[in-house]
Amino acid sequence: MRSTVPDERGHFGIYGGQYAPETLMAPLAELARAYDKFKNKRAFKNRLNDLLANYVGRPSPLYFAERLTEQLQGAKIYLKREDLLHTGAHKINNALGQALLAQEMGKKRVIAETGAGQHGVASATAAALLGLDCVVYMGVEDMRRQRLNVHRMRMLGTEVRGVDSGSQTLKDAINEAMRDWVTTVKTTHYILGSVLGPEPFPRMVRDFHSVIGEEATRQLKKQNGTPNPNVAIACVGGGSNAIGLFHVFLDQPGVRLIGVEAGGRGPALGEHAARFSGGRLGVLHGTKTLVLQDEHGQVAATHSISAGLDYPAVGPEHVFLKEKDRIEYTQATDAEAIAAFHRLASTEGILPALESSHAIAEALRLAPMLPADQVILVNLSGRGDKDVESVIAYDEEHQAIQAESGVPGSEAEAGTETYLDAATEPLEESDELGSN
Amino acid sequence: MTTQHINRVFEACAEEKRAAFIPFLCGGDPDLATTRLLLRALVKGGADIIEVGVPFSDPIADGPVNQRAACRSLESGTTLTKLLALIGEERAALGVPIVLFTYFNPIFAMGVERFATAAAEAGVDGVLCVDLPPEEAAEALTPALGRVDLAPIFLLAPTSSKERMRLVGESSRGFVYYVSRLGVTGAATDTGGDLGSDVKTVKRLCKMPVAVGFGISTQEQVKEVAEFADGVVVGSALVQLIETAVEGGASGEELVEVLYARVAALTADLARKKLLGIF
Repeated sequence: MRSTVPDERGHFGIYGGQYAPETLMAPLAELARAYDKFKNKRAFKNRLNDLLANYVGRPSPLYFAERLTEQLQGAKIYLKREDLLHTGAHKINNALGQALLAQEMGKKRVIAETGAGQHGVASATAAALLGLDCVVYMGVEDMRRQRLNVHRMRMLGTEVRGVDSGSQTLKDAINEAMRDWVTTVKTTHYILGSVLGPEPFPRMVRDFHSVIGEEATRQLKKQNGTPNPNVAIACVGGGSNAIGLFHVFLDQPGVRLIGVEAGGRGPALGEHAARFSGGRLGVLHGTKTLVLQDEHGQVAATHSISAGLDYPAVGPEHVFLKEKDRIEYTQATDAEAIAAFHRLASTEGILPALESSHAIAEALRLAPMLPADQVILVNLSGRGDKDVESVIAYDEEHQAIQAESGVPGSEAEAGTETYLDAATEPLEESDELGSN
Repeated sequence: MTTQHINRVFEACAEEKRAAFIPFLCGGDPDLATTRLLLRALVKGGADIIEVGVPFSDPIADGPVNQRAACRSLESGTTLTKLLALIGEERAALGVPIVLFTYFNPIFAMGVERFATAAAEAGVDGVLCVDLPPEEAAEALTPALGRVDLAPIFLLAPTSSKERMRLVGESSRGFVYYVSRLGVTGAATDTGGDLGSDVKTVKRLCKMPVAVGFGISTQEQVKEVAEFADGVVVGSALVQLIETAVEGGASGEELVEVLYARVAALTADLARKKLLGIF
């Protein structure tokens, strides 16, 4: 399953491909050639691996969340700590790899899109390190909710361009980055930040992130005696951290793989970013995949409290692997993600990114149902400092709503118990949403 | 015989030793009722072929002017189905070939076969899908268009290799569309130095008429490009004109007058003779 996709034109079964404007076709072919050449060159690999070890901080730790496991009284929960990498998320694996490739290709300028800001910060960091000019496109709605990351990018010498078209989020940032690239492709490399877009991006981004799962399986063997978890869980926006964790396990049928999408505020179109329950096959941003859209093929608005999951399409390889019944997809609502955020903070002393909180939420649901000798491996793809303001705003709004409607006491009793309830309660609701 | 309609335009223009004038507007901008009037104005002003844009929510190949036009169109309730119905009502009276300028997703959502049938019935002559290169189209769209004799039209760009020029030539019917510069649709100050020789290369390798577009907005540019191209496409400049008039509160009739006057000026140097009535 791993070696056979994609084909030479980027198709994962009927998904993926190269649905790009003509201007980009030759540059995409050039990029694919360059990637295929350099990925196997010893000098390139050595340079990347050296930077990953000494600059990024790989391998990232694998951490047994003992207190959380004890509380849930079920399977053992291990966290792959991508949040501890330089810049605070897995995104740096890919950004650095592509920036090095851009340098090898003689490009002096890189551009990127960003939702949560983590890929933007990672690209800005790689650009600063390698002396490349960098422009990051970001929806103005995301600039508001991820303000800290906007400042970080600017301090790193990157120009952040706000995008105020459409939904003013990740989708529109990608539109604008593609428009830039069509104009500047001779001098510029587009560091696409997820397993999206036209060939060769989905496979290239996947390869740069597959180190996550490869490390995790080695670490798990060392710590727990067996290389395979029973379950591996990751959140899925475009799907890069999930592919990065899952890829090494695809050929291990005993490992259950679960991707968690953003259930947002509910199942109505526009209220979530759950492509596997609400999306239809379509073409967006250069690839054929599941897209949240109306009956006329216009792309729908999405909602998630997490900017990094707030996107109407999903990486084509994910859809392919769902079709093969290799990965299951479920979802966590805004409320469940927030509850998981608080739970991990108070139990383990870790503030997870709101994106990763969706994966934690699934682990909280699942762990109590599994025996204690089983292992759940969760990709903690990013850290939550950037989300502190969003969480405060969510909690305040929620307490205000509950106070107004006279629902007794969430504020006074908002300890661990309430968060536990919030995390486990919406299970039935989620089941209703989850079927295809 | 819809591909034939396009061929005949280029043949007739060749006989007159002039380039075809191909204006673009976004279907349904600001609404379909106005589009009906504007299409007529384009023909009256001298359009030989009309490119009608299908509005899409995420137009990655378009600049801000065409993005706003697509927004206005979608906000007024335009769908591909309604747009095809309008073209069906107007096509015979217009008397010039219609080429749809679209992204793939609206077609895909309708169903490619259903779309091809509906477009052919409406009298559409060609389809240009900006995010569908010939490699993907070979399976996804071209066979369906072929069954109803709609012309698949593909783009070439300054980055295209000679190999791609041959591929696009073999894959297209009617004409190929040469994107005159890197970038999205929209007005630019100049069209670049080597455009003439680039177009010559494209013509040689594609062996069919070449229309040039992207960033052509003035009468002088039309005249200059017409020296070496078989067709000249003017898009965003006309869309901008429509936007300015709409925002200024112009009535439908005033819009028609403004658009007609501009198109007539743009085509003034093409020394055109009366072409109407040959279809």
